[in-house]
Amino acid sequence: MSLLRSLSDGLRSLFRKEQVNRELNEEVNSFLEMAAEEKRKQGMGRKQALRAVRLERGSLEGTKEVVRSAGWESYAETVGRDLYFALRQGRKNPSFALSAVVVLALGMGVSLTIFRFVDAALLQPLPYASPERLMSVNESNAESPRWPLSYPDYLDWQRLNKSFRSLDIYNGSGYLLQTRSGATAVQGERVSGGFFQTLGVRPMLGRDFSPDEDRPGGPNVAILSYGAWLHHFGARRDAVGLTVNLDNAAYTIIGVLPRSFSFARAGAAEFWVPINTLSPHEQMRTFYNFWGIGRLRDGVSAREALAEMSAISKQLQMQFPTSDRSEGASVVPLSEVILGDVRPILLTLLGGAGLLLLIACVNVTSLVLVRSENRRREIAVRGALGASRSRLVRQFATEGLLLAAFGGLSGVIFADWLTKILWRLVPKDMAADMPFLAGVGWNTHTCTFAIAIAWMAAVLFTAAPILRLTSQQPGDGLVNGDRSSANELWQRLGARMVAVELAVAVVLLTGAGLLGQSLYRLLHVPLGFDPDHLASVEVGVSATGTEKNQQTVALYREILRRVSSLPGVESAGISSMVPVQCNCPVDWITFPGRPFHGEHNTVDERHVSADYLTMLKATLVRGRFFTDTEDASKPKVVVINQALAQRYFPGQDPLGQRIADYEGGRRSEREIVGVVADVREGPLDSDIWPAEYFSINETQDPYFSLTVRTRQDAGAMLPLLVSTLHQIDPDLGAFHEMTMKEQIEDTQTALLHHFSAWLVGGFAAMALILGVVGQYGVVAYSVSRRTREIGVRMALGAERRGVVLMIVRQAARMVTLGVVVGLLASLGVSRLMASMLFGVNSYDPLTFVAVAVILAAVALAACYIPARRAARVDPMVALRYE
Amino acid sequence: MVDKPSDLVQGTLDMLILKTLALESMHGYGIAVRLEQMSKGVFRLNAGSLFVAFQRLQRAGLVRSEWKATENSRRAKYYVLTDQGRKRLNSETREWGRQVAAIARILEAS
Repeated sequence: MSLLRSLSDGLRSLFRKEQVNRELNEEVNSFLEMAAEEKRKQGMGRKQALRAVRLERGSLEGTKEVVRSAGWESYAETVGRDLYFALRQGRKNPSFALSAVVVLALGMGVSLTIFRFVDAALLQPLPYASPERLMSVNESNAESPRWPLSYPDYLDWQRLNKSFRSLDIYNGSGYLLQTRSGATAVQGERVSGGFFQTLGVRPMLGRDFSPDEDRPGGPNVAILSYGAWLHHFGARRDAVGLTVNLDNAAYTIIGVLPRSFSFARAGAAEFWVPINTLSPHEQMRTFYNFWGIGRLRDGVSAREALAEMSAISKQLQMQFPTSDRSEGASVVPLSEVILGDVRPILLTLLGGAGLLLLIACVNVTSLVLVRSENRRREIAVRGALGASRSRLVRQFATEGLLLAAFGGLSGVIFADWLTKILWRLVPKDMAADMPFLAGVGWNTHTCTFAIAIAWMAAVLFTAAPILRLTSQQPGDGLVNGDRSSANELWQRLGARMVAVELAVAVVLLTGAGLLGQSLYRLLHVPLGFDPDHLASVEVGVSATGTEKNQQTVALYREILRRVSSLPGVESAGISSMVPVQCNCPVDWITFPGRPFHGEHNTVDERHVSADYLTMLKATLVRGRFFTDTEDASKPKVVVINQALAQRYFPGQDPLGQRIADYEGGRRSEREIVGVVADVREGPLDSDIWPAEYFSINETQDPYFSLTVRTRQDAGAMLPLLVSTLHQIDPDLGAFHEMTMKEQIEDTQTALLHHFSAWLVGGFAAMALILGVVGQYGVVAYSVSRRTREIGVRMALGAERRGVVLMIVRQAARMVTLGVVVGLLASLGVSRLMASMLFGVNSYDPLTFVAVAVILAAVALAACYIPARRAARVDPMVALRYE
Repeated sequence: MVDKPSDLVQGTLDMLILKTLALESMHGYGIAVRLEQMSKGVFRLNAGSLFVAFQRLQRAGLVRSEWKATENSRRAKYYVLTDQGRKRLNSETREWGRQVAAIARILEAS
């Protein structure tokens, strides 16, 4: 109540100043008059009485001032006046205000944007119930720390373990969804029955899987993702209970997942089905196909769980000695698996953005200092007129706050814009794998961060001029003739700040240089084929069942015949997977006649049509490729790559040798008929794995990729490919049509490298510009301050060249300091980045030298301009210069 | 002679003003004179501290003011004790008594 009254009273005195003032005047006046009257009664004259009252009770004006300044409104008024003054200062010097705000907006906007991504990915918890208890539970072996589970192993792990409240598995799959307008490919995910319970997610509509649906042979049911419900069922509430046709089988929809649900490892999976139908492979203990997640029991640590799972794994190995000896278990937090890839990149970017913010703040601080230097006289005058030091300090604080507030506000706007741009750069497929990024936005974390950096900037902009101010006597500024003594201190300070800016620029440039080189190396890694003019499309055949196998081979032949005869198509091929995607699926091979101890001889397995490798322009090293007549009825043959030949047949002729594997639980042997030079099947940044190629006629995959080599632009061929496929059979699913170039550039490896190289490159460019502008500013300022001194030197006979040299030499000292410090810091930073670099040493001397040379050259050029200007000064003008 | 409020025990001035107004509403000068008389000249207040105290009390809702004519037919602002002010005066008086007694006991003990 009294607070309200105080507020309204104060506001009244602020806004009805006249009236309040009049009242106060009248009241105090009447008080003094009454006191004087009293005195007069005691026999004093009027004048004498008034004087006595003034002595005893205080003067009218003095009293009014005391009363006025007692309320909060007087403080508010001062602040208001400071603000007004600061704004007027900004208006009077718009170039200063504008450049400071722009530089700040840049630095803050970039750091805010990156921080929002970091927050969404690394700080926000995963959208599940107590996500910290969720573990990724898998096998491990000598080749890979995380290896999928086989179904029998999963069942045993689930039965034997005591560490997990529940243990579930998932496995990605794709289906052809039959709709009225034909077949479309949809992403699905097969999960064990308790999967959603383990995550702590409940369907928004309908229900979760029941236990009988989870058992082998259980009914075909599916839970829809929110997106699938929206797109395929128009968000109808009665969608639950309908049936859909997936791969020619009817599935009953039993539930719809909530909109907020996402599971990064399943990408944009739309149909979630229980694992109740297992292929013959999947029933084998050595067919590792399922990823596990588990929820830890209360009080059990990840380490204890790992110890238990490892023991179980050992025990199973004793029981089933066919499996690999090196097998163990892996238990790591689920967040680790989901975020492991993006963490180093985000942290690198955050570091880069932080450095950029630092440079921006240093830059603006030096601007503020230059200005405080120019206002030295104004400040001295105000001091001499009686402004107290605290009043002046408050003035600076107001200006600093205002600057930081404007900078922060523009930074927020810039950050919003930048976030949108960055979002647009992330391809859809990749965004689906990073659902956590959907949380990018304003929340408590990001707002706190924004306020914190703006606050820090404000403190910096206030403290710097105040420290400068307190280092000088109030009289100094008035005498003014003195342009050198305080100037020296400024020069030293300014020079140091520029050295900091240059050092930071060096660090960012080195980072960008290393990442750029690494990107270049990555994109120029040998592929083993010619990626130009290749177009490919994935095809799905909904026909299933063994009786259709012969039809599948006939379909391959028909597709190849029709597509090859298209105008503009040079050649065509079919394969189980296009190159440069994944070192998967893999096969474990053995060599008949050699001792076998259960080791994993892991090789990439590809099924290809007869002309596929020729179409890719892969090089045949020995033997031959396939012929079209090689199918399941013929003796089995295989083409291997050079990596396989070198690893397993060193110093031998592989042709005619045999390799064996277990296909579908049956051992089969193949004769090696050809050796192909390594084609990069796996990601760009991985080593070439040994690979084997089978004839696709032998395996009859219902999903395959059709690739054609075109005469002209490959992209233009894509629609024609799809329409030709639909002409052949309208029920064929045709999707992911892309050129090979796009395929390669859209791989996660290429994208992550692109992203980090371009972003850090952008940061470095901004840092370079800011640093050089800062350098220019400091030199230009010091030259303008020294005009008279230069005039004297020249009047006394100094040559123009000498003057230029003198200034450049002084500037060179700070450039050298900045570059040396920057290079030293870069050595540390590049070591932290080592994990993100491909094909380039983190101490790459070329990058370091190039950065040092470029930065030094640009920085020196920046001081040459003002130096030249100084040397052109007419000595007479300079001497008269105030 | 006390001429600054800081020389008065903190917060006593407010209490004294409330006490003065408890008898009848009064204008600023009247209050000053009354305080002086009652204290036998010990508290002689200057206008500044008095009016700051009025402002404070008014904003706290302990007194309100109105313009009226004085007995010498001069216009003056009269201060009136509110109910809240009366309550505050009572509680402060009690508290003051307690404190004085306590201080006296301590001083006598030595």
